[in-house]
Amino acid sequence: MTETTWHGIIHATLKAHDVKLVTYVPDNVLRPLIERIHADDFFTAFTCTREEEAVGIVSGAWMGGMRGVVLMQTSGFATLPNVLASLPVPFQIPVLLIVSERGTLGEFNIGQAMVARTMRPVLDSIAMEHHTLSRLDEVEFITDRSIRQAVATQQPACLILSPLLTGGKVFK
Amino acid sequence: MNNQPATRDTAKAVARFDITQRLVAKLHNEEAVIGGIGHTNFDLWAAGRRPQNFYMLGSMGLAIPIALGVAIAQPQRKVIALEGDGSLLMMLGCLATVGARQPKNLIMVIMDNGAYEITGGQTTASAQGTDLAAVARATGIASAHWAADEAHFETLIDEALATPGPHLIAARLTSAKPAGQTERDPAQIRDRFMRGLGTKK
Repeated sequence: MTETTWHGIIHATLKAHDVKLVTYVPDNVLRPLIERIHADDFFTAFTCTREEEAVGIVSGAWMGGMRGVVLMQTSGFATLPNVLASLPVPFQIPVLLIVSERGTLGEFNIGQAMVARTMRPVLDSIAMEHHTLSRLDEVEFITDRSIRQAVATQQPACLILSPLLTGGKVFK
Repeated sequence: MNNQPATRDTAKAVARFDITQRLVAKLHNEEAVIGGIGHTNFDLWAAGRRPQNFYMLGSMGLAIPIALGVAIAQPQRKVIALEGDGSLLMMLGCLATVGARQPKNLIMVIMDNGAYEITGGQTTASAQGTDLAAVARATGIASAHWAADEAHFETLIDEALATPGPHLIAARLTSAKPAGQTERDPAQIRDRFMRGLGTKK
Protein backbone atom coordinates (compact mmCIF):
# COMPACT_ATOMS: atom_id res chain seq x y z
CA MET A 1 0.00 0.00 0.00
CA THR A 2 1.39 3.37 -1.04
CA GLU A 3 -0.86 5.56 1.09
CA THR A 4 0.98 7.46 3.81
CA THR A 5 -1.83 9.27 5.66
CA TRP A 6 -4.36 7.74 8.08
CA HIS A 7 -7.23 8.84 5.85
CA GLY A 8 -5.55 7.50 2.72
CA ILE A 9 -5.01 4.12 4.35
CA ILE A 10 -8.58 3.89 5.68
CA HIS A 11 -9.98 4.95 2.30
CA ALA A 12 -7.98 2.26 0.51
CA THR A 13 -8.78 -0.42 3.10
CA LEU A 14 -12.53 0.24 2.96
CA LYS A 15 -12.35 -0.04 -0.81
CA ALA A 16 -10.31 -3.24 -0.67
CA HIS A 17 -13.10 -4.79 1.42
CA ASP A 18 -15.87 -3.52 -0.88
CA VAL A 19 -17.29 -1.22 1.82
CA LYS A 20 -19.28 1.02 -0.51
CA LEU A 21 -21.84 2.85 1.58
CA VAL A 22 -20.66 5.66 3.87
CA THR A 23 -23.22 7.43 6.06
CA TYR A 24 -22.04 10.09 8.44
CA VAL A 25 -22.66 13.07 10.65
CA PRO A 26 -19.78 15.43 9.82
CA ASP A 27 -16.74 16.08 11.95
CA ASN A 28 -13.83 18.41 11.33
CA VAL A 29 -11.13 15.83 12.08
CA LEU A 30 -12.79 13.36 9.67
CA ARG A 31 -12.91 15.95 6.89
CA PRO A 32 -9.95 14.64 4.85
CA LEU A 33 -11.43 11.12 4.91
CA ILE A 34 -14.91 12.42 4.00
CA GLU A 35 -13.48 14.50 1.14
CA ARG A 36 -11.54 11.54 -0.25
CA ILE A 37 -14.63 9.34 -0.13
CA HIS A 38 -16.81 11.91 -1.87
CA ALA A 39 -14.15 12.32 -4.58
CA ASP A 40 -14.24 8.57 -5.32
CA ASP A 41 -17.18 7.29 -7.40
CA PHE A 42 -16.74 3.85 -5.86
CA PHE A 43 -18.55 5.08 -2.74
CA THR A 44 -22.13 6.13 -2.08
CA ALA A 45 -21.69 8.71 0.69
CA PHE A 46 -24.08 11.15 2.33
CA THR A 47 -24.82 12.99 5.55
CA CYS A 48 -27.55 11.89 7.94
CA THR A 49 -29.43 13.97 10.48
CA ARG A 50 -28.46 11.70 13.38
CA GLU A 51 -25.98 8.89 13.96
CA GLU A 52 -28.85 6.50 14.82
CA GLU A 53 -30.30 7.05 11.38
CA ALA A 54 -26.89 6.41 9.81
CA VAL A 55 -26.60 3.06 11.66
CA GLY A 56 -30.11 2.09 10.50
CA ILE A 57 -29.26 2.79 6.87
CA VAL A 58 -26.01 0.79 6.97
CA SER A 59 -27.83 -2.08 8.75
CA GLY A 60 -30.46 -2.20 6.01
CA ALA A 61 -27.83 -2.02 3.29
CA TRP A 62 -25.91 -4.97 4.80
CA MET A 63 -29.04 -7.10 4.74
CA GLY A 64 -29.53 -6.01 1.14
CA GLY A 65 -26.01 -7.10 0.23
CA MET A 66 -24.01 -3.86 0.44
CA ARG A 67 -21.28 -3.24 3.02
CA GLY A 68 -21.18 0.09 4.81
CA VAL A 69 -19.51 2.21 7.47
CA VAL A 70 -20.76 5.01 9.72
CA LEU A 71 -18.50 7.99 10.48
CA MET A 72 -19.04 10.21 13.51
CA GLN A 73 -17.36 11.97 16.41
CA THR A 74 -17.43 10.91 20.06
CA SER A 75 -20.51 12.92 21.03
CA GLY A 76 -22.36 11.26 18.16
CA PHE A 77 -21.40 7.82 19.42
CA ALA A 78 -22.93 8.78 22.77
CA THR A 79 -26.37 8.93 21.10
CA LEU A 80 -26.12 5.31 19.95
CA PRO A 81 -26.32 2.82 22.86
CA ASN A 82 -30.02 1.99 22.39
CA VAL A 83 -29.68 1.47 18.66
CA LEU A 84 -26.51 -0.63 18.92
CA ALA A 85 -28.02 -2.81 21.66
CA SER A 86 -31.28 -3.34 19.78
CA LEU A 87 -30.23 -3.54 16.12
CA PRO A 88 -26.71 -4.56 14.99
CA VAL A 89 -25.73 -6.48 18.14
CA PRO A 90 -28.81 -8.73 18.61
CA PHE A 91 -29.59 -9.03 14.89
CA GLN A 92 -25.91 -9.86 14.20
CA ILE A 93 -25.29 -7.17 11.59
CA PRO A 94 -21.63 -6.18 11.02
CA VAL A 95 -22.01 -2.40 11.03
CA LEU A 96 -18.59 -0.72 11.11
CA LEU A 97 -18.29 2.51 13.09
CA ILE A 98 -15.36 4.92 12.75
CA VAL A 99 -15.32 7.48 15.54
CA SER A 100 -13.12 10.55 15.65
CA GLU A 101 -12.15 10.80 19.29
CA ARG A 102 -12.76 14.08 21.02
CA GLY A 103 -12.74 14.81 24.73
CA THR A 104 -9.16 13.84 25.52
CA LEU A 105 -5.54 14.88 24.90
CA GLY A 106 -6.13 18.61 24.77
CA GLU A 107 -9.92 18.92 24.78
CA PHE A 108 -11.15 22.46 25.47
CA ASN A 109 -14.87 21.71 25.95
CA ILE A 110 -15.75 20.04 29.27
CA GLY A 111 -18.96 18.67 27.78
CA GLN A 112 -16.97 16.78 25.14
CA ALA A 113 -14.54 15.54 27.79
CA MET A 114 -17.34 14.07 29.93
CA VAL A 115 -19.20 12.50 26.99
CA ALA A 116 -15.97 10.86 25.80
CA ARG A 117 -15.63 8.94 29.09
CA THR A 118 -18.86 7.09 28.34
CA MET A 119 -17.71 5.65 25.01
CA ARG A 120 -15.48 2.70 25.89
CA PRO A 121 -17.61 1.58 28.89
CA VAL A 122 -20.64 1.49 26.56
CA LEU A 123 -18.73 -0.55 23.95
CA ASP A 124 -17.47 -2.93 26.62
CA SER A 125 -20.89 -3.33 28.24
CA ILE A 126 -22.50 -4.48 24.98
CA ALA A 127 -19.45 -6.64 24.17
CA MET A 128 -18.77 -4.75 20.97
CA GLU A 129 -15.30 -5.19 19.48
CA HIS A 130 -13.38 -1.91 19.46
CA HIS A 131 -9.85 -0.74 18.79
CA THR A 132 -8.17 2.62 19.16
CA LEU A 133 -5.99 3.70 16.24
CA SER A 134 -3.14 5.81 17.56
CA ARG A 135 -0.20 4.84 15.29
CA LEU A 136 0.01 5.29 11.54
CA ASP A 137 1.85 1.99 11.06
CA GLU A 138 -1.05 0.09 12.68
CA VAL A 139 -3.94 1.69 10.78
CA GLU A 140 -4.03 -0.75 7.87
CA PHE A 141 -3.66 -3.89 10.00
CA ILE A 142 -6.31 -2.92 12.55
CA THR A 143 -8.78 -1.66 9.95
CA ASP A 144 -8.30 -4.66 7.67
CA ARG A 145 -8.55 -7.24 10.45
CA SER A 146 -11.51 -5.49 12.11
CA ILE A 147 -13.53 -5.55 8.89
CA ARG A 148 -12.64 -9.21 8.28
CA GLN A 149 -13.65 -10.20 11.80
CA ALA A 150 -16.88 -8.17 11.76
CA VAL A 151 -18.03 -9.81 8.54
CA ALA A 152 -16.91 -13.32 9.52
CA THR A 153 -18.52 -13.20 12.97
CA GLN A 154 -21.54 -11.09 11.93
CA GLN A 155 -20.89 -8.58 14.70
CA PRO A 156 -20.50 -4.79 14.62
CA ALA A 157 -17.13 -3.20 15.34
CA CYS A 158 -15.88 0.26 16.27
CA LEU A 159 -12.60 1.94 15.34
CA ILE A 160 -11.67 4.96 17.44
CA LEU A 161 -9.32 7.48 15.84
CA SER A 162 -7.13 8.88 18.61
CA PRO A 163 -5.78 12.46 18.47
CA LEU A 164 -2.37 10.73 18.58
CA LEU A 165 -3.14 9.61 15.03
CA THR A 166 -5.18 12.50 13.64
CA GLY A 167 -3.86 15.47 15.59
CA GLY A 168 -7.37 15.95 16.96
CA LYS A 169 -8.99 19.33 17.36
CA VAL A 170 -7.21 21.94 19.46
CA PHE A 171 -8.21 25.31 20.91
CA LYS A 172 -6.70 28.21 19.00
CA MET B 1 -64.83 11.04 -1.57
CA ASN B 2 -64.86 14.56 -3.01
CA ASN B 3 -62.16 16.10 -5.19
CA GLN B 4 -60.21 17.62 -2.33
CA PRO B 5 -57.14 15.63 -1.19
CA ALA B 6 -57.72 13.90 2.12
CA THR B 7 -56.18 15.44 5.22
CA ARG B 8 -55.59 13.86 8.61
CA ASP B 9 -58.83 15.51 9.75
CA THR B 10 -60.94 14.24 6.85
CA ALA B 11 -59.34 10.80 6.50
CA LYS B 12 -61.51 7.93 7.71
CA ALA B 13 -59.97 6.05 10.63
CA VAL B 14 -59.07 2.59 9.34
CA ALA B 15 -58.00 -0.59 11.11
CA ARG B 16 -54.25 -1.27 11.04
CA PHE B 17 -54.53 -5.03 10.61
CA ASP B 18 -57.04 -4.60 7.79
CA ILE B 19 -54.90 -2.19 5.76
CA THR B 20 -51.76 -4.22 6.49
CA GLN B 21 -53.50 -7.26 4.99
CA ARG B 22 -54.62 -5.18 2.00
CA LEU B 23 -51.02 -4.02 1.49
CA VAL B 24 -49.49 -7.50 1.79
CA ALA B 25 -52.04 -8.90 -0.67
CA LYS B 26 -50.67 -6.54 -3.32
CA LEU B 27 -47.04 -7.67 -3.00
CA HIS B 28 -46.28 -9.98 -5.92
CA ASN B 29 -42.68 -9.03 -6.72
CA GLU B 30 -40.82 -9.96 -3.54
CA GLU B 31 -41.02 -6.40 -2.26
CA ALA B 32 -39.13 -5.90 1.02
CA VAL B 33 -41.17 -4.70 4.00
CA ILE B 34 -39.63 -3.25 7.17
CA GLY B 35 -42.05 -3.28 10.12
CA GLY B 36 -41.42 -0.58 12.73
CA ILE B 37 -41.53 -1.42 16.42
CA GLY B 38 -44.68 -2.29 18.34
CA HIS B 39 -48.10 -2.84 16.89
CA THR B 40 -46.93 -1.90 13.38
CA ASN B 41 -44.79 -5.00 13.05
CA PHE B 42 -47.12 -7.17 15.16
CA ASP B 43 -49.80 -6.71 12.51
CA LEU B 44 -47.29 -7.26 9.70
CA TRP B 45 -46.39 -10.56 11.39
CA ALA B 46 -50.07 -11.44 11.83
CA ALA B 47 -50.77 -10.64 8.16
CA GLY B 48 -48.67 -13.64 7.16
CA ARG B 49 -44.96 -14.41 7.21
CA ARG B 50 -43.04 -13.49 4.10
CA PRO B 51 -39.28 -14.07 3.71
CA GLN B 52 -38.97 -10.43 2.58
CA ASN B 53 -40.38 -9.05 5.87
CA PHE B 54 -38.09 -7.59 8.54
CA TYR B 55 -39.47 -7.08 12.04
CA MET B 56 -37.76 -4.54 14.30
CA LEU B 57 -37.38 -5.28 18.00
CA GLY B 58 -36.17 -1.94 19.30
CA SER B 59 -34.27 0.92 17.68
CA MET B 60 -37.46 3.02 17.67
CA GLY B 61 -37.76 5.26 14.64
CA LEU B 62 -35.47 3.31 12.32
CA ALA B 63 -37.98 1.62 9.98
CA ILE B 64 -37.47 4.24 7.28
CA PRO B 65 -33.64 4.37 7.62
CA ILE B 66 -33.40 0.55 7.48
CA ALA B 67 -35.70 0.53 4.44
CA LEU B 68 -33.60 3.26 2.82
CA GLY B 69 -30.49 1.12 3.31
CA VAL B 70 -32.15 -1.88 1.66
CA ALA B 71 -33.39 0.40 -1.15
CA ILE B 72 -29.86 1.71 -1.80
CA ALA B 73 -28.39 -1.81 -1.80
CA GLN B 74 -31.11 -3.23 -4.07
CA PRO B 75 -32.30 -0.45 -6.39
CA GLN B 76 -34.38 -2.87 -8.53
CA ARG B 77 -36.53 -3.96 -5.57
CA LYS B 78 -39.39 -1.92 -4.12
CA VAL B 79 -38.86 -1.44 -0.39
CA ILE B 80 -41.68 -0.52 1.98
CA ALA B 81 -41.27 0.93 5.48
CA LEU B 82 -44.23 0.60 7.84
CA GLU B 83 -43.81 3.12 10.63
CA GLY B 84 -45.97 4.43 13.46
CA ASP B 85 -46.52 8.13 14.07
CA GLY B 86 -44.77 8.08 17.46
CA SER B 87 -41.77 6.32 15.96
CA LEU B 88 -41.54 8.71 13.01
CA LEU B 89 -41.81 11.70 15.34
CA MET B 90 -38.73 10.36 17.16
CA MET B 91 -36.72 10.31 13.92
CA LEU B 92 -38.34 13.07 11.83
CA GLY B 93 -34.93 13.93 10.38
CA CYS B 94 -34.97 10.71 8.35
CA LEU B 95 -37.64 12.28 6.11
CA ALA B 96 -35.19 15.08 5.31
CA THR B 97 -32.61 12.47 4.29
CA VAL B 98 -35.17 10.71 2.07
CA GLY B 99 -36.17 14.08 0.61
CA ALA B 100 -32.54 14.81 -0.20
CA ARG B 101 -31.77 11.34 -1.63
CA GLN B 102 -35.07 10.81 -3.55
CA PRO B 103 -34.84 6.99 -3.64
CA LYS B 104 -37.12 5.85 -6.47
CA ASN B 105 -37.85 2.45 -4.95
CA LEU B 106 -38.84 3.53 -1.42
CA ILE B 107 -42.43 3.57 -0.15
CA MET B 108 -43.23 4.78 3.36
CA VAL B 109 -46.54 3.86 5.00
CA ILE B 110 -47.30 5.82 8.16
CA MET B 111 -49.67 4.18 10.63
CA ASP B 112 -50.98 7.22 12.50
CA ASN B 113 -53.19 6.38 15.46
CA GLY B 114 -52.30 9.63 17.24
CA ALA B 115 -51.04 7.71 20.24
CA TYR B 116 -48.20 5.80 21.85
CA GLU B 117 -50.61 2.86 21.88
CA ILE B 118 -48.34 0.14 23.23
CA THR B 119 -47.43 2.18 26.32
CA GLY B 120 -51.00 3.05 27.26
CA GLY B 121 -52.32 5.33 24.54
CA GLN B 122 -50.61 8.58 25.47
CA THR B 123 -51.21 11.30 22.87
CA THR B 124 -48.62 11.98 20.16
CA ALA B 125 -47.96 15.35 18.52
CA SER B 126 -49.61 14.11 15.33
CA ALA B 127 -52.94 14.05 17.19
CA GLN B 128 -52.31 17.66 18.16
CA GLY B 129 -51.56 19.21 14.78
CA THR B 130 -48.45 17.72 13.20
CA ASP B 131 -49.43 16.53 9.72
CA LEU B 132 -46.79 13.92 8.85
CA ALA B 133 -47.65 13.90 5.12
CA ALA B 134 -47.20 17.68 5.06
CA VAL B 135 -43.86 17.32 6.89
CA ALA B 136 -42.78 14.85 4.20
CA ARG B 137 -43.82 17.22 1.41
CA ALA B 138 -41.83 20.00 3.07
CA THR B 139 -38.68 17.89 2.80
CA GLY B 140 -39.14 17.41 -0.93
CA ILE B 141 -41.10 14.14 -0.92
CA ALA B 142 -43.68 15.34 -3.46
CA SER B 143 -45.76 12.16 -3.42
CA ALA B 144 -47.08 12.23 0.16
CA HIS B 145 -50.77 11.61 0.68
CA TRP B 146 -53.38 10.80 3.29
CA ALA B 147 -55.51 7.76 2.54
CA ALA B 148 -59.14 8.91 2.59
CA ASP B 149 -60.42 5.38 3.33
CA GLU B 150 -59.55 1.72 2.71
CA ALA B 151 -60.23 1.84 -1.03
CA HIS B 152 -58.14 4.98 -1.45
CA PHE B 153 -55.34 3.37 0.57
CA GLU B 154 -55.33 0.52 -1.95
CA THR B 155 -55.28 2.99 -4.84
CA LEU B 156 -52.32 4.84 -3.33
CA ILE B 157 -50.45 1.56 -2.78
CA ASP B 158 -51.11 0.53 -6.39
CA GLU B 159 -49.77 3.86 -7.63
CA ALA B 160 -46.73 3.69 -5.36
CA LEU B 161 -45.88 0.17 -6.55
CA ALA B 162 -46.27 1.19 -10.19
CA THR B 163 -44.45 4.54 -10.28
CA PRO B 164 -41.04 5.88 -9.21
CA GLY B 165 -40.93 7.25 -5.65
CA PRO B 166 -40.23 8.12 -3.02
CA HIS B 167 -43.84 7.78 -1.91
CA LEU B 168 -45.35 8.38 1.51
CA ILE B 169 -48.84 7.17 2.35
CA ALA B 170 -50.31 8.17 5.70
CA ALA B 171 -53.28 6.36 7.18
CA ARG B 172 -55.27 7.51 10.21
CA LEU B 173 -56.01 4.52 12.39
CA THR B 174 -58.60 3.36 14.84
CA SER B 175 -57.23 2.24 18.21
CA ALA B 176 -57.74 -1.46 17.41
CA LYS B 177 -55.42 -3.91 19.15
CA PRO B 178 -52.91 -5.84 17.02
CA ALA B 179 -53.93 -9.23 15.65
CA GLY B 180 -50.82 -11.03 16.82
CA GLN B 181 -47.38 -10.64 18.32
CA THR B 182 -44.04 -11.03 16.57
CA GLU B 183 -41.75 -13.85 17.70
CA ARG B 184 -38.72 -12.10 19.18
CA ASP B 185 -35.81 -13.98 17.64
CA PRO B 186 -33.62 -11.32 16.02
CA ALA B 187 -30.94 -13.57 14.52
CA GLN B 188 -33.60 -15.71 12.86
CA ILE B 189 -35.51 -12.64 11.63
CA ARG B 190 -32.35 -11.26 10.02
CA ASP B 191 -31.32 -14.60 8.54
CA ARG B 192 -34.74 -15.23 6.96
CA PHE B 193 -34.87 -11.68 5.63
CA MET B 194 -31.45 -11.99 3.99
CA ARG B 195 -32.44 -15.28 2.36
CA GLY B 196 -35.67 -13.59 1.22
CA LEU B 197 -33.60 -10.83 -0.40
CA GLY B 198 -31.22 -13.33 -1.97
CA THR B 199 -28.20 -12.02 -0.10
CA LYS B 200 -27.69 -15.25 1.82
CA LYS B 201 -27.88 -18.72 0.32
